[in-house]
Amino acid sequence: MLALLGDYTVQNVLLGATLLGVVSGLLGSFAVLRQQSLMGDALSHAALPGVCIGFLITGTRHLGWIMAGALTTSVIAALFVQLVVRYSRIKTDAGLGIALSVSFALGVMLLTWIQGMPNASQGGLDTFLFGQAAATRRQDLWFMGGVTLLAVLLVMGLWKQLKLVTFDPLFAGSIGLPVVRLESILTAMIALAVVVGLQMVGVVLMTAMVIAPAAAARQWVSRLEHMILLSMFMGVISGVVGVLFSATVPHLATGPVVVLAASALVAVSLLLAPGRGMLWSWFALWRERRAIGQRQMLTTLYKLAQHHNDPHYPVERSMLDSFYGVATDPILRRLHERGFIAPASHMRVEGRHWALTDAGYSEAEKVLEQLGMATEESA
Amino acid sequence: MAAFFADPVYMILLTGALVAAAGSLVGTFLVLQRNSMLSDAISHSIVFGIVVVWLLTKAQSGPLQIAGAAMTGVLTVFLTEIVARTRRVKRDAAIGLVFPVLFATGVLLLNLYARDIHIDTHTVLLGEIGFVWLDTMTLWGWEIPQAVIWMSLVTLVNLLFVLAFYKELKIATFDRQLAAALGLAPTLLFYLLLGLTSITAVAAFDAVGAVLFIAFVIVPPATAYLLTDRLSLMLLFAVVLGVAATLCGYPLAVAMDVSVGGTMAAMTGVFFLLAFLLSPRYGLLGHWRNRRLKVSG
Repeated sequence: MLALLGDYTVQNVLLGATLLGVVSGLLGSFAVLRQQSLMGDALSHAALPGVCIGFLITGTRHLGWIMAGALTTSVIAALFVQLVVRYSRIKTDAGLGIALSVSFALGVMLLTWIQGMPNASQGGLDTFLFGQAAATRRQDLWFMGGVTLLAVLLVMGLWKQLKLVTFDPLFAGSIGLPVVRLESILTAMIALAVVVGLQMVGVVLMTAMVIAPAAAARQWVSRLEHMILLSMFMGVISGVVGVLFSATVPHLATGPVVVLAASALVAVSLLLAPGRGMLWSWFALWRERRAIGQRQMLTTLYKLAQHHNDPHYPVERSMLDSFYGVATDPILRRLHERGFIAPASHMRVEGRHWALTDAGYSEAEKVLEQLGMATEESA
Repeated sequence: MAAFFADPVYMILLTGALVAAAGSLVGTFLVLQRNSMLSDAISHSIVFGIVVVWLLTKAQSGPLQIAGAAMTGVLTVFLTEIVARTRRVKRDAAIGLVFPVLFATGVLLLNLYARDIHIDTHTVLLGEIGFVWLDTMTLWGWEIPQAVIWMSLVTLVNLLFVLAFYKELKIATFDRQLAAALGLAPTLLFYLLLGLTSITAVAAFDAVGAVLFIAFVIVPPATAYLLTDRLSLMLLFAVVLGVAATLCGYPLAVAMDVSVGGTMAAMTGVFFLLAFLLSPRYGLLGHWRNRRLKVSG
């Protein structure tokens, strides 16, 4: 493992994965919060024609030009979606679908055109479909780092405005912010994340890198600052894990492994995050159900006791079973553990009986009072 | 007739037209229900189903593949609904979280177990409509391409579905609550529609791949939506526009010597752009004219 880390190629790849994590975590947070997750999907597919155009301009696999081309076509696709949704009756979902599929189709046309050209260096352009992290060179990292830096500077420079537009666009408009322009900037910035991911993950799966780290981070924290930092961290973790794993197992494309790592983080977060995690709410629900069962049992015993004018009136378990239609033994045992009821004998021949203790009697009164059913009225 | 089925050009055109027709029939309802992106999710994630069925049975097409893919497609939508129902993430994010997992798993399985075989990751995305006529099957004494047989069946099933449940689909699409109140089971209908979308996607898979398929599902219905307000006309226009795009796309692709499937899909985009600019009522032209009328009136 350490030998792997010392390897020059692996160092490059890890640096690339880190940059990808930072930029996709940062910009993905805004996309997810603004419910523009699928814009990432459309924009990443729309990068394909740009990749081909970038290649056509230089005639080589020069990542800088390829990223520039991809950025251009992605931003055009984003503007197209906004234009179509604003000026026609087409809704956002169809607009995204059109931008995604048609620009990908144009990309496929260009890709096959390039493959038909008599040019030796055209090979390997389709590695941008699924990414090929192992081919990352030091000079590629400068471009990826530059775009990442640009994204970070943009967000820091426009921090207050972007935050306000994300959470309360109406208010942002009312204090005179150029909401439409800021929203367009935020949308177009998703393209920045997409182009950094070209080499690492490829155009087809970049959508997951935009959504997954941010969706995972959202489960743990509630402040935007914290969410962005955590989502960057998760992006870096999934990038690094994915890269190392695909580097050790031969023939694995990097993109899918990175995406699965990020998705695993989402699954863990959805289940375990404190406060929002599903496991905690299932646990709370289960405890609540149990508490309700106990409270119900206490009031039943209380009413029976009142009815018989005996605060310690013994009730047979099997009668409670048939009244509730379920086995009440677990509930009774827990009430016994809490000291609210005690075993009692009524007639020796019959089954186990339970009676309220003094503590149980006052607890039942408290429960009924909380429910707004005072004892005097019900008596 | 035998000469017709043996001619690659006719077979490519026929396959393309069938993909467009079958896609538009289901796509019209997806676009109207604002669920267009589910077709994107389905067409990506059926890769998982196709690879798994292939690994288990070595069947590259046929009923097993179609059943497996239909199940994967419905599973995708089902999982998406489950994730969205936790209310921890919004629905759009749920779509974007579920299908990449299935798609990535499918691609990795291909990487690991199917490196030198017919279905490589390239075909998965792009399809090879130019080669559909190579893989034939004998039926009533004719050598018919498999893709044509399966696509015809699927198109027929989609058509029958739309005709048989036209009223139910219409009510469920425009007023889901009313459909539920009338006992029309809109949820069941929704899953049937998505099941058919998955079946269509897998039947079209060899021809156009996972991504280009989306163009045939979403773009012609969206174009038709800009041209008419009637559901029946929208269905008709969508099918006609989709078929026209494939017919125009083929000679263009041959002339430029580029991917046939890609050009057919791109042509649907050209038609959309024309409708978006020129549609009298819902295009930019109409928008601009209405504004002028308002100003002068």
